[in-house]
Amino acid sequence: MATTKRPTSPHLQIYKWGPHMALSILHRVSGVALGGGTLLLAWWLMALASGPDAYEQFQYCMSTILGKAALMGFTLSLMLHLCNGIRHLFWDMGMGFDVETTARTNMLVFLGTVVLTVLSWVIGYGLI
Amino acid sequence: MAEFRLPKNSTVKKGKYFKADDGATNVRKYNIYRWNEEDGENPRIDTYEVDMDKCGPMVLDGLIKIKNEIDPTLTFRRSCREGVCGSCAMNIAGTNTLACTKDNDEIKGDINIYPLPHMEVVKDLVTDLTHFYAQYSSIKPWMQTVSPTPSGAERLQSPEDRAKLDGLYECVLCASCSTSCPSYWWNSEKYLGPAVLLQAYRWLIDSRDEATGERLDDLEDPFRLYRCHTIMNCTNTCPKGLNPAKAIAEIKKMMVERQG
Repeated sequence: MATTKRPTSPHLQIYKWGPHMALSILHRVSGVALGGGTLLLAWWLMALASGPDAYEQFQYCMSTILGKAALMGFTLSLMLHLCNGIRHLFWDMGMGFDVETTARTNMLVFLGTVVLTVLSWVIGYGLI
Repeated sequence: MAEFRLPKNSTVKKGKYFKADDGATNVRKYNIYRWNEEDGENPRIDTYEVDMDKCGPMVLDGLIKIKNEIDPTLTFRRSCREGVCGSCAMNIAGTNTLACTKDNDEIKGDINIYPLPHMEVVKDLVTDLTHFYAQYSSIKPWMQTVSPTPSGAERLQSPEDRAKLDGLYECVLCASCSTSCPSYWWNSEKYLGPAVLLQAYRWLIDSRDEATGERLDDLEDPFRLYRCHTIMNCTNTCPKGLNPAKAIAEIKKMMVERQG
């Protein structure tokens, strides 16, 4: 008979990570981050509506290192969520499930995220 | 609920070290999870040096050699030694697989062996699969019909319909995929997990089964089916090369399609 409580076998502690796992959790994390990013957008619009002083203040905050980091995080989250979201649409149609295809689309999502983020910042700076 | 850390009684300590005989030149280390209820202690990792020149090629060969020649108390399940019974599923080098079909040479460095993840441990590498089997029986894994049985004949199936079962019937229910799935780790009381859902799909897609509607009704639930978030650990780890993630996606598609 059981005298001691049975232990739970190790899980996260020992399971080997792969890009598919990383992307899955990043999809969730970036989704949460997009919530924060939407607040930034709201702040921006409110500052715009409140007049030049408020807008100036917003511009100043966003030009600091912290502000730029937040904007960069927002852009990265948006692009990752977008690229991986497109992959989810294919998955929902039952496509792209085999191991080789998933390995390839993992890399495509990472690549797409970086390229689109860099592109938006280059275009963004071009417009200023 | 998701609990990312191990409970106090489950944290793993360092264990004993078993040296190989002097004269062994081709030695590899097996680091193996050990727990015995009667010790009243936490789990530990024992290390066994194995002379690979006197050992078969598979991880299971190493385990059997350790049990026969070094430490008879080592406990694990095994039977067919050729990947058809599913008994020796365990976590080897970080992923779940069958010890009998995993080649030692595929593993770099030490050979780390744990029981299937996030399960109750009975002893050493043996986990309690009671709940897993109960979930399997909950999907009614047999053919259900309402039409009368054809007299003196079998229920026939076209070669095309039979082909739909390929990639599904091969599952040996080793539980490697279910216990690789973080969703299953956090919600195994309610989420059926990849292995059972692949089996559910095997009956949903069988042209001879006549309970498709009821089967879908049973799965239409935020947890039983929809806890799958396409993490893809199941498909990546399946020792039989099957695709539970795709089977689950097909069930989700059937759910949408029947709404017309």
